[in-house]
Amino acid sequence: MDVPLSWYLLVAAALFCMGLYGVLSRRNAVAILMGVELMLNAVNINLVTFWRYVAPEAMAGQVFAVLVYTVAAAEAAVGLALFIAIYRSRDTVVVEDIDLMKG
Amino acid sequence: MSVEHGVFIVLSAITLVGAWIVIANRNLYRAALGMVLSFFGVAGLYALLNVGFLAVVQVLIYVGAISILIIFAIMLTRQVMDREVVQRNSQWFISLLVALVLFGVLGYTLAFRVADQWAVGGSGLPEKPIEALGEALVTTYALPFEVASVLLLVALVGAIVIAREK
Repeated sequence: MDVPLSWYLLVAAALFCMGLYGVLSRRNAVAILMGVELMLNAVNINLVTFWRYVAPEAMAGQVFAVLVYTVAAAEAAVGLALFIAIYRSRDTVVVEDIDLMKG
Repeated sequence: MSVEHGVFIVLSAITLVGAWIVIANRNLYRAALGMVLSFFGVAGLYALLNVGFLAVVQVLIYVGAISILIIFAIMLTRQVMDREVVQRNSQWFISLLVALVLFGVLGYTLAFRVADQWAVGGSGLPEKPIEALGEALVTTYALPFEVASVLLLVALVGAIVIAREK
């Protein structure tokens, strides 16, 4: 507990912003998903840090983190299945070329 | 500076270098390996925070499952990961600006405005943390726990249906 709380929050903020940049700037859908995973990890670091430093008796922080894991796993599985389906029908995973719904 | 500071700095560096590889490397396969590195760093941070269970789960789920899934997807969509393909879109500079501004605001707020104003209640770690977590999951948080399992089932079925050969 020597490390101040804000150090963890700063690392998580940096990780979140790098994930955000990846999501916004990448063309490949799989790379965008990797950015999302980085952002989810940053959120989890925050949840666990606050659990440890502010309320270690209540298990809410850890339970939240476990639920984030579940959602992340579901999201990765469905997202990658979608990308593979799109790749099969349109032969690309570049998000700019997937514009069927564009008016 | 204690040992804990040093370990924290090393683990943070591993995490952020991995994240940097994810967003900057043109070869998607290397980006995925950088992601694995970053996930290991986060697992180390969890261990440093005395959350051994989540550190193990991080290695199992993120390093073991999600990374493998992503590498599978990269392999299956192969020709788009070639090095010659441009990986950044036309709005990358604005994205960089947005990310930097967000980090600036967050960093300024966290480091200078609200730093350590939260009541730090350090000592009250539960005696058996994993038992406490398990008990919380089936008592107080039983409903979210069940909803999460339904979500996993739906995602499992959905992923199979979507990715199946027609």
